[in-house]
Amino acid sequence: MKNDAFNQFKGSKDYVTSEALRNAVNIAIALGRPLLIRGEPGTGKTMLAHSIAKDLKKRLIVWNIKSTTKAQEGLYVYDTVQRLNDSRFGDKDIADIKQYIKLGKLGQAFSSTEQVILLIDEVDKADIEFPNDLLNELDDMSFFIPETGETVTAKNRPITIITSNAEKELPDAFLRRCVFHYIEFPAPELMTQIVAVHFPNLKDGLLREAMKTFYALRDIEEFRKKPSTSELVDWIKVLLASETSNDNIAKTVPFAGALLKKEVDYDYFLSNYMVKQDESYVLKKQF
Amino acid sequence: MFTGFFYALKKSKVPISITEWMTFMEALARGYIHNLDEFYYVGRSLLVKSEVYFDHYDVAFQEYFKGVESMTEITEQVMKWLNSPLTQRAVDQDLPFGYTAETLEDLITALEKRLREQDSPHDGGNYWVGRGGRSPFGFGGEHPAAIRIGGDGGNRTAVQIAGDRLYRNYRSDLTLDVRQIKMALKKLRQLKHIGLEDELDLDKTIDATARNVGDLELVWRRERKNAVKLLLLMDTGGSMEPYAHLCSLLFTAANTSTHFKDFQYYYFHNCIYDDVFKNMETRDEVSTDHLLQILTPDYKVVIVGDANMAPWELMERNGSINRYQKNKTPGIVWLERFERHFTHIVWLNPEEQGQWWRAPTLYAIKKMFPMYPLTLDGLGQAVKKLIVKK
Repeated sequence: MKNDAFNQFKGSKDYVTSEALRNAVNIAIALGRPLLIRGEPGTGKTMLAHSIAKDLKKRLIVWNIKSTTKAQEGLYVYDTVQRLNDSRFGDKDIADIKQYIKLGKLGQAFSSTEQVILLIDEVDKADIEFPNDLLNELDDMSFFIPETGETVTAKNRPITIITSNAEKELPDAFLRRCVFHYIEFPAPELMTQIVAVHFPNLKDGLLREAMKTFYALRDIEEFRKKPSTSELVDWIKVLLASETSNDNIAKTVPFAGALLKKEVDYDYFLSNYMVKQDESYVLKKQF
Repeated sequence: MFTGFFYALKKSKVPISITEWMTFMEALARGYIHNLDEFYYVGRSLLVKSEVYFDHYDVAFQEYFKGVESMTEITEQVMKWLNSPLTQRAVDQDLPFGYTAETLEDLITALEKRLREQDSPHDGGNYWVGRGGRSPFGFGGEHPAAIRIGGDGGNRTAVQIAGDRLYRNYRSDLTLDVRQIKMALKKLRQLKHIGLEDELDLDKTIDATARNVGDLELVWRRERKNAVKLLLLMDTGGSMEPYAHLCSLLFTAANTSTHFKDFQYYYFHNCIYDDVFKNMETRDEVSTDHLLQILTPDYKVVIVGDANMAPWELMERNGSINRYQKNKTPGIVWLERFERHFTHIVWLNPEEQGQWWRAPTLYAIKKMFPMYPLTLDGLGQAVKKLIVKK
């Protein structure tokens, strides 16, 4: 049976996907499980949720996780201090607890009347226990508010996308419930497509030289932070604006600072790969 | 359904639970999977939860589905490439030092043998047919007279993708990078309430306010912070040279990890004697006695070294390999002093664990300190050891 519930996501115009990623997204949607996306910084983890929202024409709710974020905040916050304050100075009816319950992002996603996309961005930034605290809520897609005796249940299970930079390891129990996908660093063919999305009218010569230099730089193991997709896109932007000739790109690696964001990397590159020639730097050896 | 695949995954050490397997079965039962490629991708995203195990998955997938697409197809491809003039020329070229000049026949025989062997699951190395490395078979490698298999080409099937084993570099038992080490070190933490009282303790505030007959009374508390102090001692002896890069990764990770309360590092040459060095090149030395006095016993100590030296370097006075460093006390006594002074101490050995027996002094040292290989797994175990009470 060819299932219409499956194969919903086909990628959007401005976001290039691989077959593996499309499969992962579709299986996550079909099974109603959260999709956990991991990968190097700058491989478009966050962009994926935006792309799905665009492709499926659904509302996107973003929950940005910080190191201080608590799981409870995603469900609801009971503003006790406000109520305490109102009890002394306010003229509100403090017996009505409902007005002090504020739904968090997860709560909003559950209570929405239509299906939404919920992006929990950079889940690994929070405390190590954070994902465990959300297990039940993500499983049942419902939670109970003891203060009011209400249960918030998702009318339509939100499509949940969770991104992680793998800064912390996530708990096993949490992983078991997720669909997992690792966004690899794009191979040159895929990268060409990605660049084409950003610069539809790019000349072949410039692209070829830029890509060659870019992947050569990525091969240098000593760098603390290797240049990624977003750096390449920035770099091409600069190259276009400066109207650098194609020969020069491979020879002098102009504006290398756009690719190498760490000072140590930049210094390392200058001292080991470049030589000074008439006031400017050129590559010792062509890549 | 496909229960054999479950056990193939188990066998190649993919950490997989029944829950995940049932989810996968659900996907199959609902008809979401139409072909082997989708089986591969969907299976992977449901059953494998870390890129570290992608390679294990590939190995299991290959083993379980090896009958579906036979190897002969590749062998034919190989023969085609072998007959092309380009490969022949490569064999004729002068070979750099270290590579043997196999004849074409030798290569084919060896390749056939290797392809047969590669049907079974195995752990990594530079030996197998694959991408990169120094094996004479595969794609993108360094061997100048290598046989190229795969690489560019049109659509590849799942079995071929699994066969590529692109994820070998993600295996945690093989490689380490700064980020991975940092992650391992992050587990090294003991949270304690320290610093200024600037966090509102809501429960106590409510309690105090209630006791105060409703008059608001705020209670503050200290934030919880990591109290771990780390001391890193690194061997820079000649036999450590091959691991210099690995050690510098560990150092970078420890040095840039911001979550330690204090981080100190010193170098030594083969064994710890009367002095350790802040900088090996400039011989900026610190008396080891002084070090033991100023550092409190609660420092977590990590010693990195191959524990491989001549027996007298460990056991005798003036045993130090450096002439200028006449040690009055044998190295082993210094090591014992460390062991007695600090409550938590581990030894990381970059040498491959299979080679440990070669070092004559290793077992004397291993008796004193818990020793782990300097791999991600070893580091994980070491960190665990550093956290638990002795």
